[in-house]
This record gives sequence, C-alpha cells and structure tokens, in this order.
Amino acid sequence: MFNGLVLGALLALISSGLTIIYGTLGVLNLAHGAMFMLGGYAGYVAFGATGSFVVAIAAGALFVLVVGVVMERVIIRHFYSRPNEDQILVTFGLSIVYVELVRFAFGSQSLTIPPPPWGAGVTQLGFMLYPTYRLVVVGIVAVALLALYIVLYRTRLGMIVRAGIEDALMVDSLGINVYRIFMIVFGIGAMAAGFAGIVNAPVVSLTPDVGEMILVQTFVVVVIGGVGSFPGAILGGLISGQILSITSMINPGYAYVMLFAAMTLVLVLRPRGLMGLRSRD
Amino acid sequence: MSTPPRSSAGPRRYPFLVEGLTALGLIAGPFVLPLLSFAPNTVNQILIWGLFGLGFDILFGFTGLLSFGQSAFFGTGGFIAAYLLTQNILTSVPLALLIGTVGAMVTGVIVGLIALRRTGIYFAMITVAIAEMFYFLENSPLSAWTGGENGIPGVPTPIIVLPGFTWKVGTGWAMYNFLAICLFVGVVVALRIVRSPVGKILSAIRDNPLRAEALGHSVAAYKLTAFVIAAGYAGLAGGLLGVLQGFMPPDAFSFDTSGQLVMQTAIGGVGTLFGPLLGATVWLFLRDFLQSTLNLGSAWKLVLGLVFVLLVCFLRRGLIGGLVDLYKLACHRAEVEAEAPEETPMPIVTAAEPMPPKHRDGDFEAGVILKATGLTKRYGGLLANSNIDFTVKVGELRGIIGPNGAGKSTFFKMLTCEVPPSSGTIVFEDKDITGKGVTEVCQLGLTKSYQVNQLFTRLTVRENLTIAALAELRGKFRLDLFRNPAKIKGLSEQVNHTLDLVSLTARADTTVSALAYGEKRRLEIGLALATSPSLLLLDEPLAGMSPSERVATVKLLKSIAKGRTMIVIDHDMDSLFELVEWITVLQEGKVLTEGTPDQIKNDPVVKEAYLGGLHE
Repeated sequence: MFNGLVLGALLALISSGLTIIYGTLGVLNLAHGAMFMLGGYAGYVAFGATGSFVVAIAAGALFVLVVGVVMERVIIRHFYSRPNEDQILVTFGLSIVYVELVRFAFGSQSLTIPPPPWGAGVTQLGFMLYPTYRLVVVGIVAVALLALYIVLYRTRLGMIVRAGIEDALMVDSLGINVYRIFMIVFGIGAMAAGFAGIVNAPVVSLTPDVGEMILVQTFVVVVIGGVGSFPGAILGGLISGQILSITSMINPGYAYVMLFAAMTLVLVLRPRGLMGLRSRD
Repeated sequence: MSTPPRSSAGPRRYPFLVEGLTALGLIAGPFVLPLLSFAPNTVNQILIWGLFGLGFDILFGFTGLLSFGQSAFFGTGGFIAAYLLTQNILTSVPLALLIGTVGAMVTGVIVGLIALRRTGIYFAMITVAIAEMFYFLENSPLSAWTGGENGIPGVPTPIIVLPGFTWKVGTGWAMYNFLAICLFVGVVVALRIVRSPVGKILSAIRDNPLRAEALGHSVAAYKLTAFVIAAGYAGLAGGLLGVLQGFMPPDAFSFDTSGQLVMQTAIGGVGTLFGPLLGATVWLFLRDFLQSTLNLGSAWKLVLGLVFVLLVCFLRRGLIGGLVDLYKLACHRAEVEAEAPEETPMPIVTAAEPMPPKHRDGDFEAGVILKATGLTKRYGGLLANSNIDFTVKVGELRGIIGPNGAGKSTFFKMLTCEVPPSSGTIVFEDKDITGKGVTEVCQLGLTKSYQVNQLFTRLTVRENLTIAALAELRGKFRLDLFRNPAKIKGLSEQVNHTLDLVSLTARADTTVSALAYGEKRRLEIGLALATSPSLLLLDEPLAGMSPSERVATVKLLKSIAKGRTMIVIDHDMDSLFELVEWITVLQEGKVLTEGTPDQIKNDPVVKEAYLGGLHE
C-alpha cells in the first residue's frame, strides 16, 4: 500500500507535467520520460560536486527547467502549426538524443544516490517497518503538487494557463502573449518530471533508460485520468500506483498487465478518462 | 496545362511500372549492394524492415494513424511462427509464417477495437501502452511458451517443396532470395490495396474523417481494416526475423522496435510505401558505418537520433519526399510557373443535365419525404431548437431563413443525424431515422453540404468526388481490397458528370488545397451531389461568394433541383427568394412562420425578427 502511494505520488507529479503541457500547448511530449531521467542525472552530478541532497534536488529541477525552456524556444515552437504527428515524431527523436547523450557521458551502468541523512534508515509505523526516505518522498511530492496546484489555480499565470487549455486562440486574442506562456508552461511541465527524477533517484537506481518505462506509465496515468486534466493526472497517478504495487505483492509478472487492463477498462467505460474534458479531442 | 503527375483515378499509363521496378531493384540488389559494402545479413534485415514498414505506412501514411505499438504484432507473429516450428508442431516454414501472420491480424482486431476508440495523440499513447503490455506478457506470464528473456532459439530455415523441385533455403544471399520474394509479394499486395476503393477511402479518412463519415463511409470499420492490415505485415515480418536469425529475440516486442519502425518510415518518407525500405537502408547502413568504420561504438544511436530530429524539422516528407521535390524543382520549374492558380470562371449556364437521384430499395415516389416532429435540442441551459415541426414534400425546394443564432445549423445537424435531438422524431421516406448515425442516413439518401468547407484537402478534385460516389456505389463498408476502381460500374460516369455539373472538369486533377475559394465552394456542393441524394440539404451554399458566383450557383442549384428534394439555408434573401418555392423562418429555435417568398417578404413578423421589435 505504501509502496503504491510512493509510486502513485511520483506518477501523479510526472503526469501533471505531461498533461499541463499537452493541455496548454497541444503538444504531446514524448521526451517527457527523458526529462525525468535528465533530472536524476543532473542531481547526481550536483550531489557528487557538493554532497548535499538539497542542492541536488534544486539542481535537478532547475537544469530540466532550463532544458525545457531551451527545447521549447529552439524546436517545439516551430511545431505548433504542424500536425500532431510531427510533434510526436520530433519529441520522440529528441528523447533518443537525450538518452544517448547521457549514455555517451555516463555509460549504461546504473548509478545510485544515497538518501540524505535525514531520510536514511527505517521508520516504525506501528504495524511495519518502512524506509524513512520513501515516506519523505511522499511528503516532498505532496508539497510539489501543492505548489503546482497553487501556481495553476491561485495565480494570474495559472489562470491564463487554464484559460489557454480551454481556448489558446482566444487567450491570444485577448492581448496576452501566449507564446511566452507556452514557454513557461513547457519549462514548468518539464521541471515537474525532472524534479520527480531526482527525488526518485535514491529509491530506484539511475540508468539512461529509466525514463522510457516511466513515460509509458505516465501515458497510462494520463489516459486513465483524462488528457489535459490536472486533477485527473493526480487521481490516475494514485490509482496506477496502487494497481502496480498491489499486483506486485501477489505476482510481479502481472503488475503491468493489470495496469493496462485497468486502462482498457477505463477506455471502454469512459473513453475520455475519469476526469477528461470534452474539448480538445 | 501540364500533364498531371499521377492521375490515380484514371487509367495508368504503365499499369505495372512500380511492380516492375521493384522486381528489377530486388534482382539487382545482390549485385549492387555488396559494392556499397553491405553485408548480406544487413540487406536481409533491411528487407524485413521494409516489409514491416509497408503495413505501417498504410496505417500511418495513408490512413493517418500514428501507432507506436507495432512491436506487439511483430512479436506476436514472430513468436507464433517460431513456437510452431521449434515445437515440431509444424515443419513447413511458409505455413508457420502464414499462421503467425493470421495470429497477428487476430491480435490486431482485438487491439484495434480498443485503441481505435480514440484518435490523434490518444491513439499513439494507447498503442504504446498496449505494446508495452505485450512485452511484459511475453516476459513473464507467457514465458513457458516464449522462453521469456531468452526468446526461442533454433528456428529452422525454410524448405520449399514444389512439384518436381525442392528449394532448401540457406543463409546469406540464398536467404535474400526468399526474403526478396516475400517483400515483392508484400509490395504487390500493398499497391493493390492502396489503389483499391478501400485505399482511396483510407486517404479520405486521413484528410477529413468527419466528412468521410458524413459521405456514408463507415470510418471505424475502415480504420480497423487498415490497423489489421498493418498488423498482418508486422506479423509476417516478425516471423521472417525469426527465420533469418534462427532465433526469435524477445526484443521484437520492445518499444525500440516500434520506435525504430516509426523513425525509419519518417526518414524514408511517409505515405510512399517505399519510405520504410529506404529508411531502413539508411538506418542500418549508418549503424554499421558508424559502429565499425568510424568506431563510434554505442554513440551511433545518438548520431541517428540527431539526423532524425533534423529530418523531421527540415525535410517534412522524408528522403523520398525531398527527392520528389528536388526532381520537380529541376524539371518542372517552368511548367509549375505556367500553372499558376487560375480560377476557372463559372459558366452561367450549366451544360450538364443533373443526374437523377439513385433509386434505392423501397422506392419512394410521392408524398412527404421528411417529417420532423417536436424536434428539440438542448445544450446545457441553452435551448437551440425547441419543439420544431417540419414537413417537406417530395420534389419540394424549401428555403430556411432566420437571424444568426436562430438554430438553423443545429436543425440541419439533427436532420442529418450528426447530433442526436434531445427529444422529437425524424421520419425520412417513411423510415424513422431518429438516433441513427450520419453514415447510415447518407446511405439512405439524405446528405448535406457544409457551411464551412469540409473537403479532402490533400486529394485532387476528382479523388474527392470519387470518394463521395464510392459511398453510394459500394455501401458503407466493403472489403474489396484488390478491386480496381476503374472497373466499378458507373463510377467514372458519376464522377465526370458531377465534375461537369459543378464546372470543375478543367481542374479535375488539381489538389484541393490549390483551388480558389469559389471552386472549393462548388466542390463542397459537388461532394454532396456525388452521393446521389434524394434529399439534399445545403447549409449556406452562397456564403462568401462574389455576386456573379452567386448568380451562377443559384442557376446550378435550380438545375440540380430537378427530380430531387432540396432544403437550403442562406442569408442571401434575394437569391433565396428567387430559388425556392416555400420558406420556413426560424427564430430563437422556433418556427416563426412559413409561406411563399412573397408572403415572407411582406410579413411584418419576419421584418421584426430581423430588425428587432419595439416591445423589448
């Protein structure tokens, strides 16, 4: 159950990033898994240089924010007017470039970051012993999601982003520079994945391919929750986390099969996802 | 005007040109490719990827469905064939390959039914997820059959036994011969499919699925067809991979397999059938070259990734598309300039006699053709149409007017069954069509031309009309995958006739995106006409036309109204009063009044509706 909560919280955060990018810009970022991976590696480098886990988290998140903004400026923005398929192809190509760049620089073997001293050891939960760091992860991710929620629902920027999800053209017509907003959203969305990447690094070791599996799980989360829906991403993430961990306890071989079965069920019963919007199809 | 590049609807000048060139290329392969330092094993892999890509290109390039889950079918076909052969259930390799292909197609039906519930990026995401599920299924729950992470070793090479002759296929170039034959058959089949009526409809679905549906084609069924065809090609290619390597690797199911296929297709050129083959050649050549000659080791994939990103950014249609553009630039520069978009003026008098509506079963001769009772449409709190009673008699030419927001277009959408009414019934030719789909209603003989053009923009004018006519001639779904459209009785007559009717004969082989606005408007009407409807709805046919075009279009509408019932919405009162016999006025979702043009012209209630009343 707790494993499911940890995984679910992480998936919720990563999926929120993917879903706000898609919702606002209309671009499905296939390099989102690579962002997760880059966050982990950037954090690893920062940790190696300073030995501070807090610095590692900050570095991981900021580095991916910068990567996201640059990627949007240089490439993605030329694809807004091109078909969805082209956007998918180019982000897919970029994800390969990122993964192979990291492989080139760090090799394929797995790297680990130890959990910070304040998160090491195990905690007595009354009925079981549990690694403290995993509890910390739930806390950190909850704070990050709350921050994302505040940005989206309590600030001017968030209001524009949510308006943009409904109708980007209209927002543009109102005299708001949508393209600047797009850049910020892409950066924030990427950062959510990068942040999750470094937070998760002490739990699961780092390899260049770590993003691929996460990306596929994120897709399932988003399909279950409804594309473009922030609450849907959180709900979908939590549900998926539980499915994965509960099935793993019984038979790990069936964990993913169950996850995809759940997705199929949602698709059959509610094709738009649990909290999907009617617009943007 | 220059000769059209490829008039695909008309008879082709060299009927088997592409097939012949493919055969020549495949025969020349073993002589030419070694000179370019290709190893036989690499070439054999290229052939397998090319075959795999044929199906994928039909799915992505021709139908517009980008799947990232083709590995599921590649693996399924491969493992079924490998299992049958290694467990000595079968000894005939071709038979095992066939069963693997069929297995992949059956899987394709099941997966397609789930994935095709959504389109666009959703479809891409779902295919990724489903393919990944297959990977996990192979790896653990089914590992007793598939060998899990070890795959299936010991797949035998084929022995072909024909009467009086036995061919024991070896490895290397001997295997090439076997694979080349498979690829050649694959190419011939794919070409037939692409040129068949089904192929035409698939490209229509890629361009505008909504209109394809409204013209009476069962889009869902055709999409599934394309999906299953792609699965079949993938299954065969997967089986051949096992035969080539003597080992069925679990990697066949990996996301990388799907990704590589997508990238190779995009590199080579989407929608060309040969793009994947060219893409695979480039891909595998670069891989070997970077790895062995430049000693880049694992960085080869980084270089290929960069090349791919650059290609997607700058060469949208892949290498083949780029070569075609280059060729056109070199040879046809002068001709292209001469062919600057010149709009054909619309002749005032249409020479062609309109085609009578097709008589469908249960001939309907006289009386009331359409009767709507109590039609209501609610959008949340907004009442777009409330309680409309509306009756049209056979042969009538009816006009509908009303201020903006009166609910005219909503009313039309309900009549054609694009949106279901909140309450009320619609009876067309004595059949209750309430709650039916737009496809079915079009097949019954009721269709509409749209207020905003809904055309197949990447196809030519002739192809557009062909698609509309095919719906009427073939019904909403038919699996004539190998039929030559030129042999469909009445098709070319119907298309040529409609071309003539809307005065687009001179522009028949022009791509729609190159047409002028007025021409597009005429084609929009032509599309609806080519389905030979007995009741034709026209939603603002005159919108955006110049005064002279309006006069000509009114003439056209008058001529096609002979022997046909029509309902016309328009804001151009003068034209409408001249055109129709009876007018219904809608206001705020209700029928305000009805009458002859003269009665409506002088009705104070109508004037008030348009100019505003005094009592508010």
